[in-house]
Amino acid sequence: MIDIKLTEEPLDISACVEWVMSPECGGIDVFIGTVRNATKGKTVLRLEFEAYEPMALKEMQKIADQTMQKWPVQKILLHHRTGTLAIGEVPVIIAVAAAHRDAAFDACRYIIDTLKQTVPIWKREIFEDGEVWVAAHP
Amino acid sequence: MKLNVLAFGIAKDIFSGSAIDVELTGEATVTALRISLENQFPRLKQLASYMVAVNNEYASAEDVLQLRDEIAIIPPVSGG
Repeated sequence: MIDIKLTEEPLDISACVEWVMSPECGGIDVFIGTVRNATKGKTVLRLEFEAYEPMALKEMQKIADQTMQKWPVQKILLHHRTGTLAIGEVPVIIAVAAAHRDAAFDACRYIIDTLKQTVPIWKREIFEDGEVWVAAHP
Repeated sequence: MKLNVLAFGIAKDIFSGSAIDVELTGEATVTALRISLENQFPRLKQLASYMVAVNNEYASAEDVLQLRDEIAIIPPVSGG
């Protein structure tokens, strides 16, 4: 089973973990991304996330489908937020349930690493003295 | 052929808007679109990279664009 979501509303960590729980799974691996207060020593005030929604959902679904083919996992949840997020807020939750832990760990890692490469979502860091689109320039 | 191109992230800043019209003469490939946009907006060339998406899929350089396609400029992504 796969649950994909892109939302402006705060993500609910415990509801996400609960969704992947299942009797046939002996391990759940969860990745929670949080907004960090600094980048390269510079204070970050907040982050703004923008998505090309229909394509982002399609790419998120592709990653989940590929993951299901590569590893014996039962459930995959992939939720990402858009809009303005304060320090400590949660832009992304990935939860994977599998019968055994190796698959859950590997699959979870693959999902976040691939999301960062292929899903059309952009993050802008707002500093005290300016703002920058992350990864835009070499 | 006049194409409407969507912009996201820093591309929106570069185009000063979330969409732009581009007039292409000759074969309307992804490469032709890129060349036209880069001539009009040299800042595109300063990006680490950028992709063109057609109908919500990443497109290849030689793909041919149609009038009804949904075309988007995808600057380096940074989700997560």
